[in-house]
Amino acid sequence: MKKGRVWKYGDSVNTDVIFPGKYTYTPMEPDEMASHVLEDLDPEFASQVKPHDVIVAGRNFGCGSSREQAASCLKYAGVQAVIARSFARIFFRNAINQGLPVVVSEKAQDQLNDGEKVEMDFNKNEIVTKSKRIAFNPLPESVQKILDAGGLIPYTKQKIMNGK
Amino acid sequence: MGKTFSEKILSAKSGEDVRAGDIVTVSPDFILSHDNSAAIIKKFKLFGKDRVKNPQKIVIVLDHVTPASSEKYAQNHKEIREFVKQQSLPHFFDINNGICHQVFTEQGFALPGKLVVGADSHTTSYGSLGAFSAGIGRTEAASVWATDEIWLKVPETLKIDLKGELAKGVYPKDVILKIIGDHGADRANYKAVEFTGPAAPRFNFSSRFVLCNMAAEMGAKNGYFPPDQAVVDHLKNLTKEGIDPVYSDKDACFEAVLSYDISEIEPQVACPHTVDHVKPIREVEGLVFNQGLIGTCTNGRLQDLKAAASVLKGKKVHPSVRVLVVPASRSEYLKALDQGIIKVLVEAGCVILNPGCGPCLGAHQGVLAPGERALSTANRNFKGRMGSRDSEIYLASPATVAASSVQGKICDPRNHL
Repeated sequence: MKKGRVWKYGDSVNTDVIFPGKYTYTPMEPDEMASHVLEDLDPEFASQVKPHDVIVAGRNFGCGSSREQAASCLKYAGVQAVIARSFARIFFRNAINQGLPVVVSEKAQDQLNDGEKVEMDFNKNEIVTKSKRIAFNPLPESVQKILDAGGLIPYTKQKIMNGK
Repeated sequence: MGKTFSEKILSAKSGEDVRAGDIVTVSPDFILSHDNSAAIIKKFKLFGKDRVKNPQKIVIVLDHVTPASSEKYAQNHKEIREFVKQQSLPHFFDINNGICHQVFTEQGFALPGKLVVGADSHTTSYGSLGAFSAGIGRTEAASVWATDEIWLKVPETLKIDLKGELAKGVYPKDVILKIIGDHGADRANYKAVEFTGPAAPRFNFSSRFVLCNMAAEMGAKNGYFPPDQAVVDHLKNLTKEGIDPVYSDKDACFEAVLSYDISEIEPQVACPHTVDHVKPIREVEGLVFNQGLIGTCTNGRLQDLKAAASVLKGKKVHPSVRVLVVPASRSEYLKALDQGIIKVLVEAGCVILNPGCGPCLGAHQGVLAPGERALSTANRNFKGRMGSRDSEIYLASPATVAASSVQGKICDPRNHL
């Protein structure tokens, strides 16, 4: 398990502030995408985020557009997981399909502080800090399989190889 | 216990008896994408397959940045056209057709009981014609191209019961803004939203489209109006296929029922920077703005352009405002031309753009400078969506945008009809 810092945000962090619409139809390499992550919400984030950092937010994270870059730019920026009270449906799918772990937790936003160090224990389904452990529900099995494979591309490739 | 519309369709498609909460693997009837097809093609190539599994099911409409505004966008379009040719995809619509959701419905792909997935969040729109349609991401669109299947969770259904009659100057856009404002942008997260009740038959196809389109702004997986005879007759002109509507059972299990007497609704405005930040127009009247936008997949059909023209006829757009009009499709544009609506709009000082997404997502054709404010008929007002992150977007009905554009400030359209 790798330690990362908590970046805390509020409710309804939408896809336009995660990855602005003006870039969505411009092909970009992962590094360039990562350089625009959360650009219209927290302009400091892209330059300061470190591998294994964790985003903790409120309700309806990722609402808005179906743009997949909203999930992939977070992954490319090194974000280990996004923890929120709830996720918008398409963002939730996109995150899993990109191999970015998404964790639904009612408690995390209240119990974790901005800047705090956390570890994600996906075996025990717990968020771990120096002083506490916050349990979360695992994903449905069929969905977890996609995440475990590293995302939908490796998962589907496997399926095609197996003759599907 | 009976089943909802969504439970019935996903049961039929999966061959299993499923209920809300179950996860199914299904083969959709159609898969829609637009300019993002270039990105989907790149993902598709990662699967190592030469051919898409079922070319008949793939619908591609170029609409987001059309005509191409830069070399990069031009390259995107070129790669899409080449792929369409190489894969012999029969359902490709180039830049001269209009917005994907409108074109999809005009071409007779959106039929009652069909299962549609689309790489665009407003794919929810086809429930206006009784289809089950949900937005998905690019990688999963590529995966559907390759495998002809996708996993979906069977949604719970939120029922919205509409009764009464809209007052003059109040439109379907005001109804859906009111509902979203009352219940929040995540009220219908993961859910199907079924619009029903005694007022439903008074919503024609175009009006149903507005509500199903904006169901996405409540977080919905799909929106749905039970098809009535008018919808069935409308579809008979578009397709030779048999039309077999699917309806929720009377004893189906609904997550909740929200009831609205629409005769009590007044014009509404969604304020920055979320679609659920909705106020009655009287609370924002007098606010000056720089750019009006009439059109988009939400409000770019004939009846919307007509509503705007009825306000603008014989009047002039205020000198401090610029007004952009984007018909939803070539077909709607032609109807508006035939009826003299475009002439009225041009005479009033509006700028007519080609059918497409236009400035709605801030990529071209009228982006906002820092400090500017737009009043738009689109479906989203997120920070920075139409340009600068220091600009603001207010959302309203076409009549509200038209009346306000004459005054140069937000005003109640009921005083200008």
